[in-house]
Amino acid sequence: MEQPNQTYIDSLSGGDEAFKQKLIDIIKKEYPEEKQVYFDNYNAKNFKLAADNVHKLKHKISILGLEKSYDVAVAYETNLLEGSIDQKEEFEAILNAITIYLEDL
Amino acid sequence: MNCIVIDDEATARVIISQLCSNVPSLNVLEDFPNAMQAIKYLNQNEVDLIFLDIHMPDFTGFDFIDTLKNPPKIILTTSDPNFAIQAFEYDCIVDYLVKPVSQERFDKAILKAEAKQVTPVKTDSNTDKAETTSGNHLYVNIDRRLIKIDIPSIYLVEAKGDYIQVKTEDKNYTVHSTLKKIEDKLPDDLFLKVHRSYIINIKKIIDIEDNSVLIKKDVIPVSRSNRPELMKRLNLL
Repeated sequence: MEQPNQTYIDSLSGGDEAFKQKLIDIIKKEYPEEKQVYFDNYNAKNFKLAADNVHKLKHKISILGLEKSYDVAVAYETNLLEGSIDQKEEFEAILNAITIYLEDL
Repeated sequence: MNCIVIDDEATARVIISQLCSNVPSLNVLEDFPNAMQAIKYLNQNEVDLIFLDIHMPDFTGFDFIDTLKNPPKIILTTSDPNFAIQAFEYDCIVDYLVKPVSQERFDKAILKAEAKQVTPVKTDSNTDKAETTSGNHLYVNIDRRLIKIDIPSIYLVEAKGDYIQVKTEDKNYTVHSTLKKIEDKLPDDLFLKVHRSYIINIKKIIDIEDNSVLIKKDVIPVSRSNRPELMKRLNLL
């Protein structure tokens, strides 16, 4: 499975370690909140709202260099908007991989 | 160029600010997690450029642009490339950046912004486009679409700053308008302003206490000056 990386973050920071750490801290704070809101909406069967949450999570997925996972998130967002939960497992596996990665940062 | 950043995601705001910091001609004045806060800021301040997220809860980037009479230059930032065509219907939009944004792509957008001439102005808080009526219906302008609302289904209208929230049996709508404007459009026999911030549908009242009414699950304050008119309208035993 594709693994998160800091390629984009490194490119953006241009060697500015203070900025890099600031960005990582914000991601580590914001990501679990966004993930929880997604699960709350999904579990309540609010698929439209869950799709909005997936939309927002896509940015974190792309920041962490997960290009193929981003495509999965795009497809899953569309599925949710159409009332389908296809690719739920793949998407949630991505969330889990990011969670583990951020815990180790 | 003086600019502001509007995005509900803190990570995105920090990234855009970082990209701006690498461009000497840019000066980030403020960033905002929602459009409403930005509108309040723009009522008091002028900016040359806005970095604007499209996909925000309650109030999209396009809703935001529609509130600006003469908007400054705007660069859209989004995770969704599907809005590009809609984006270029707006003269003020100079570029469309898909997240994650690289410095190289960002710099190109700034060059476009610098080349484009748009006069920065404050927001127009008197924009007269929010609603029109036709028969038993009201049309509200949301996200560049006129949405039809069945007037009798409205049970509450609440003023919220430069906006009103119209609550109906099925759905709630947030519209850039004033309570006065919608009050003029609603039939007097059905609706009553009971407080400076609330208009109610008197047929939807469940109960009344001394200084409040219950409509659906909303408890609405009734001002002392409006209470006599409210009591007069009720079919009291």
